[in-house]
Amino acid sequence: MLPELGQIALLLALLTAILQAVLPLAGAHRGHVDWMATARPAAYVQLGLVGGAFAILAGAFLANDFSLRYVAENSHSLLPAVYRFCATWGAHEGSLLLWALVLAAWTAAVARFSHALPDAVVARVLGVLGIVSAGFLAFLIFTSDPFERLLPAAVEGGDLNPLLQDPGLIVHPPMLYLGYVGFAVPFAFAIAALLDGRVDARWVRWSRPWTNVAWGFLTLGIVLGSWWAYYELGWGGWWFWDPVENASFMPWLAGAALIHAQATTEKRGSFASWTLLLAIAAFSLSLLGTFLVRSGVLTSVHAFAADPSRGLFVLVLLGLVIGGSLLLYALRAPALEATDGARGAFAPFSRETLLLANNLLLACTFVMVLLGTLYPLLADALDLGKISVGPPYFGLLFALLMAPLVALLPFGPLVRWQREQPRPVLAMLLPWLALALVAGALTFLVAPQGRWKAAAGVTAAAWVAGGTLRFAWQRWRKQGRFTPEMAGMLLAHLGIAVFLIGALLVQALSVQREVALAPGQSVALGRYVFRFDALSESEGPNYLSERADLSVLRDGRTVARLHPEKRRYLGNGQVMTETGIRPSLRDDLYVALGEPLGNGAWAVRVHVKPFVRWIWLGGLLMAMGGFVTAADRRFRKMPDVRKEDSR
Amino acid sequence: MTLRGATALLALLLASGHAGARPETDPTPLHYADAAEETRFHALTATLRCVQCQNQSLADSDAPIAHDLRREVLALMRQGRSDAQIRQYLVDRYGEFVLYRPRMEPGTWLLWFGPAALLLAAGAGIALHLRRRGKTHEVPLPGDDQEW
Amino acid sequence: MTSASSTRRVLLVAGGLVFLALVVLLAWGVHRSGDPARDTLPSTLINKPAPKFDLPLLHSPDIRITPETLAGAPYVLNVWGSWCPACAEEHPVLTRFALTKRVRVVGYDWKDKREDALAWLEQRGNPFLLVVTDEDGSAAIDWGVVAAPETFLVDGKGMIRWKHSGPLTDEIIHDELIPRLSRLEQAQ
Repeated sequence: MLPELGQIALLLALLTAILQAVLPLAGAHRGHVDWMATARPAAYVQLGLVGGAFAILAGAFLANDFSLRYVAENSHSLLPAVYRFCATWGAHEGSLLLWALVLAAWTAAVARFSHALPDAVVARVLGVLGIVSAGFLAFLIFTSDPFERLLPAAVEGGDLNPLLQDPGLIVHPPMLYLGYVGFAVPFAFAIAALLDGRVDARWVRWSRPWTNVAWGFLTLGIVLGSWWAYYELGWGGWWFWDPVENASFMPWLAGAALIHAQATTEKRGSFASWTLLLAIAAFSLSLLGTFLVRSGVLTSVHAFAADPSRGLFVLVLLGLVIGGSLLLYALRAPALEATDGARGAFAPFSRETLLLANNLLLACTFVMVLLGTLYPLLADALDLGKISVGPPYFGLLFALLMAPLVALLPFGPLVRWQREQPRPVLAMLLPWLALALVAGALTFLVAPQGRWKAAAGVTAAAWVAGGTLRFAWQRWRKQGRFTPEMAGMLLAHLGIAVFLIGALLVQALSVQREVALAPGQSVALGRYVFRFDALSESEGPNYLSERADLSVLRDGRTVARLHPEKRRYLGNGQVMTETGIRPSLRDDLYVALGEPLGNGAWAVRVHVKPFVRWIWLGGLLMAMGGFVTAADRRFRKMPDVRKEDSR
Repeated sequence: MTLRGATALLALLLASGHAGARPETDPTPLHYADAAEETRFHALTATLRCVQCQNQSLADSDAPIAHDLRREVLALMRQGRSDAQIRQYLVDRYGEFVLYRPRMEPGTWLLWFGPAALLLAAGAGIALHLRRRGKTHEVPLPGDDQEW
Repeated sequence: MTSASSTRRVLLVAGGLVFLALVVLLAWGVHRSGDPARDTLPSTLINKPAPKFDLPLLHSPDIRITPETLAGAPYVLNVWGSWCPACAEEHPVLTRFALTKRVRVVGYDWKDKREDALAWLEQRGNPFLLVVTDEDGSAAIDWGVVAAPETFLVDGKGMIRWKHSGPLTDEIIHDELIPRLSRLEQAQ
């Protein structure tokens, strides 16, 4: 009974979304205040309906209702309650419902916090969000119904994939969705501006915190995904340039460019059309990512929807939304250029130029990632054979494109708008460059291996950190305080420095070994000795486990005890590896069990990974930077708003 | 790594997990003659792709064929073959799919040079555009009190 | 029309074309995603000589088989293992085909324990003229074997003419294997 109510709720939500799209947009076009006023209530109603549907699905999981096909495929009665709940988004249909829910939540938030904006703007923004919602709800209802019944009902479920039975599942997908679904807000803004025919700097100011918060969540989502893969998969890797990862990284890059473009447009009034294009691009990449992950188009993505009709539906949705936006942009953007006059002029050496370079580099980077991700498909389509594009390509080109960005980063805040004299800025930064080079040289001499990479990492990080702190000190001396906007920028840029240390040093300095160990035997790695102490068997709530106890010694003293496991899940017999990790800022000690070799011996992989935590710390700092910037009160003040402005 | 990517790796684990449904593989870890050999081996196998898995390097994969190929690569290394020769050996048998770093050939020029070409072209275009605009306006030096 | 706006026009058209090309590519990808065989690697050995091997017979390990032993007439080489569920699936199809005695069907027992393989054949019947065994899988690497089952068609001169990855079905045998076999027989 309840699942059918869920289906009805989704249908009603679709109708509401269509209403939310059609009436306000028509109303804004014609000036009908009543029609425009339907936008906010429609948004709230949609949230209630989609939320209700989601609650019903989650309830079905918690109650072990195996008469629903989706529940039967992804859950099991022995599954702990928290994972039963999270299994709601563990596969295609449910995670799509989560997508729709997050979109409805962002829409409702816009409805709630937009009272400072003219009615026409709000109507258009909510209307565009309604179009996107309608598209996804239609996708759900017509091709991916989470409430489909299984007749006769299954006696027991197929169990959730053991890889997903992990705290990572609780946070990673929701964070990720909050992020790249959140880019729908600046996207809706851009479309609204294009429909209106002008870009008002005040509206850009209003939309900035939304972009920053969405980007912050996306950063968190990516960081969580990387960390989860690291400890879950057992190989010690933290980023694989897998199409699924790239699908979330491309919007992140576009979002970073968008943040900087919005800042420029808001403060200087220039680059308005670039900002709009980037807003369209960021959300388009989110949609593209959603498509790539769910359509089964790419070899390495597990095909949830091996069913081509699903892939086709999303592709059509994608084509219409992105194609429509780009068409609108092509038609309307030229008119926006006319407002750019002396106000927007700037000299070759100015902050505008640097931000332009920044955005150009970020844009070329997401194009590179897209190219590399789709190239195997392109090669296959053109009959050039089956090729692979992997980390050797992505890593190399990413480094080449990001190097100029890292080099220019410290200049950005120190260079003024419009025009700056190069000499004073260079004089300020030269000592820090020298310091960075010295640090790099020292690293080169001291590093036991991977000296060039380690030195590059330290130099780059010291340069970014030094330059950023130099600006911070100058600003502190001048004004004695930081606005949240500026504090956020400082945090994010320092986060980049921290990330650089982690990423480059772990690549340069990490060591690993795979050996056969029986209890009592040990293996030396780096400064440490890993000793296999004992093997024991135990039972979990829904699995049997063989657990190895290892001690890690340094200079004869025990510094850590690790407990990697091999688990066999009772639901579907799958075998999983749980790693044993001793985390620390200095280095991670990492152990994973391979196969049993007989006579009590096991194949064991041990790793020492220096500075790996700095990668995620850097990401966390960046995310925090995004959130802190968004908190600036300045974005909420809306001087001389003309509420009767309803063109 | 999103949950979908995580699910993708299930295929790998399934291959190694079914009791009695596993091909005969010797999972004994490989022994290396010295640290240099080990480093070279890891570096090389990280750039090769496991031919059976969804998306994993030869170094990381636990699939039976990956065990076999790793053993083969080590044997080839000991025979004195260079990295390029070992790569060619695998390409001869499995095709270019086995290389994670695409070969430089006309079919991949777009891939290798596209991003740089885009950067240069766009950069040049923007620079030209700005210079043309800049000619009509003289930009004064802003005051020292410019609000950030 | 100023040169600035004509450049803009060109850029917009170019952008539109790129977007269209992207959609076309993705549509092709979607169309293909329904085909379960789309991920199989094409063989690099087609129209090349079969790799050298020297493997013992499963039933009499002191007898060794090389490509020379099999030369003179075409043969079908089927890679299988007792651990492989899909091989069990294709077994009846292969048996029916082998019974037509159209061509020699040679079994290649891959990464299998001798006892398990013998038991598997005992249980299901042995469609093969002879079975070679490759316990550690090293010879199979030369054939580019990725998974089981895989089937090769080798002509009388020892050149590989066809490879199929995945279980055989009656359609595949009828549509792909037999036409090629006919061509080989005519050429002789």
